[in-house]
Amino acid sequence: MSRRKLSRRQFVAATALSSAALITAPYVRGAYAAGKLSIGFWDHWVPGANKASTDIVNAWAEKEKVEVQIDYIPSQGNKLLLTIAAEAQAKSGHDILAMPTWWPHAQAELLEPMNDVMEGLIKQNGEPNGTVKYLGQSKGKWLAVPGSIGSQIKGPCSRIDLMKQHAGIDIQALYPAGSPPKADSWTLDTFLKAAEACQKGGVPFGIGLGETSDNVDTAGAIFQSFGAALVDEKGNLTVKTDAVRQALEFYKKLISFLPPDVGAWDDASNNKWLVSGRGALIMNPPSAWAVAKRDAPQVAEQCWTHGFPAGPKGRFAPYLPYFWGTWSFSKNKEAAKKVLNALSQPDAIEKMCVASGGYDLPCYEKLTTLKVWQEEVPPKGTLYHYPNPHNHQTLSIAAAPAPPKIAQQIYVQATLTKMCLRYHKGEPMEKVLAWAEGECEGFMRS
Amino acid sequence: MADVVLQPNRAAAQAARKRSSLHNALRRKSTVAFLMTLPLLLLIATLVIYPAFYALHLATLNKSMQRFVGLSNFEFLFRRETFWLVVKQSCIFAITAVIFKAVLGFIIAHFVHNIPAKGQRKWRGMLLVPWVIPPAMSTLAWLWLFDPSYSAFNYTLSFFGIGPIPWTGDPMWARFSVILVNIWVGAPFFMIMYLAALKSVPEQLYEAAAIDGANWWQRIWYVTLPMMRNIIAITTLFSLIVTFANFDIVRILTAGGPLDHTHIFATWAFRVGIEGSDIPLGASVSLFMVPILAIAAIFILRDVNKRGNEA
Repeated sequence: MSRRKLSRRQFVAATALSSAALITAPYVRGAYAAGKLSIGFWDHWVPGANKASTDIVNAWAEKEKVEVQIDYIPSQGNKLLLTIAAEAQAKSGHDILAMPTWWPHAQAELLEPMNDVMEGLIKQNGEPNGTVKYLGQSKGKWLAVPGSIGSQIKGPCSRIDLMKQHAGIDIQALYPAGSPPKADSWTLDTFLKAAEACQKGGVPFGIGLGETSDNVDTAGAIFQSFGAALVDEKGNLTVKTDAVRQALEFYKKLISFLPPDVGAWDDASNNKWLVSGRGALIMNPPSAWAVAKRDAPQVAEQCWTHGFPAGPKGRFAPYLPYFWGTWSFSKNKEAAKKVLNALSQPDAIEKMCVASGGYDLPCYEKLTTLKVWQEEVPPKGTLYHYPNPHNHQTLSIAAAPAPPKIAQQIYVQATLTKMCLRYHKGEPMEKVLAWAEGECEGFMRS
Repeated sequence: MADVVLQPNRAAAQAARKRSSLHNALRRKSTVAFLMTLPLLLLIATLVIYPAFYALHLATLNKSMQRFVGLSNFEFLFRRETFWLVVKQSCIFAITAVIFKAVLGFIIAHFVHNIPAKGQRKWRGMLLVPWVIPPAMSTLAWLWLFDPSYSAFNYTLSFFGIGPIPWTGDPMWARFSVILVNIWVGAPFFMIMYLAALKSVPEQLYEAAAIDGANWWQRIWYVTLPMMRNIIAITTLFSLIVTFANFDIVRILTAGGPLDHTHIFATWAFRVGIEGSDIPLGASVSLFMVPILAIAAIFILRDVNKRGNEA
């Protein structure tokens, strides 16, 4: 058996080559040279809508040589909120995680600033609406990137036929498809009269007063229409004001025209109310209409999504955005920022809005007139006014303008709807206000 | 020199002694039992003890979890009207539900006990169904029965000119509804425990009582109940703990509403901690159950112990 001898020259050459290979290996552009990225998106309820975001991310990953893993996390059973809480506790988890409304502020200390991403996006897509700035920014820092997936306006969705028949209101004339609203007469007084007429006609408005989001959002918009806030932007209590009293008086009248069980309604109740054909109006994004399209087409073809009625202090509509946040402990922040930029490009946003059947609503001013809202049927133009294309209403969120961490408590504890119910059940006005003031004092703890 | 010669023998003897002491240790029943339960103990330590201490730690932090605040969270809770409402409701919910579960379980166990052995298995199986279905699923069915707008109960009652009843819309009815569902889910557990206890009561005692002229009520009061006391106490304690810590039934049926009138500790802790992003306060709310349950456990177990010693 012969044994080959390794010369000194050969040994030095082999060592040099191996060292060079080892040192340069990370810079060789392999299949996943730019590392790994994990994303937790909100699991869209529209069948097939998740595919649009998967395609956009995969195309980006292919180009950037990043290995991506996407989890779609449902909001049912608060799975998404639990995931956010668990990852914040464990200081480990997805590089990008979808966060609804209040959660960027709730996790502000643990989120990577996104100013560098947002600067470019704002230049390109236009200013985000005021609600997104309120919920997504803290002391000049963007806490997360506003996402289009799942973002929505919870405006009125009326039955064209029933509103005409019982309230004498031609909602299509007030909100004509393809042109600006002619809705000066669409005020809270008109709304109240219409609610009364529809109740007498046996098709009451389906506005809930439970403790879930849909109920609170409507109450929030109506309170804001009266200029009523429980806590102002500086954190001062403003419960015992005339504006709050007026809003409560309005709600007391409105509740008497609503179905008797609205105190127990959840987020599904108003959808069922519309789809079953029992009501003339609900406050919801076009999800109820989309379900009606499938289950009750005769109802869907009479639905018209439009703007909120105006109050003494303006016309407000609830906007609920989703954000995409990156933890400060994320292992691949650079890649996360790049993919968020890719997901916020106009063509990507349009693709996701189309896939959601017009449900998703981007926050940027240049992206509220996409074709999808003009083309969705039935009837033609039913979603034209859904994205607030003519800016005739102020987008807001219940409990604003209170500092977001206080507002979150007012929102989650449904203080507004509880106040309305208490007053409606006969509790004296001043007692209701005192109770709400006590609650808000508690929400201010830090 | 002799020492050198003797050393290997000594080492061998020591090794043999070691082997035999290990052998003896393994032969001891307690050691084997400990080793066999070790995996479960480790599991409990990881999934119960660690989270319990972590919850204690969380309850001592401020809202943003950056500062130690001692007992301030509890102090804050004691000043909240809603917290005391939750304490009151948790007690009403747990005590009412446990009493009804125990009474119903006792009655049903007697009925089942008196069914001839041939058909008894069938009845036992059917009566256990509410208990074996995951409550999250069965409560969804109840939610549809109680639905504010489309309640099947109200539909049926309307034929008799009754209702509609606001099952989940009125505070009192909502409390009634959540307690009713809890009783429906939990009564079979009492039934099966009581049935096992009934089967272990010696027949001779009843015969002796019958000879003494005892009527049905006296047989129950002087024979059955004393023989079942320990089972009743343990079952009540176990059910009290589980009912106090209930989450799914209330969460699905009313989510704590209307006007917070059905919130119990777990649902309010979730509302405050997870939905309200105030995890330390949520942890404090859920920990408040511990002293209440500890007092109940001490009293009930002391009673069981006393009777055990008397026996």
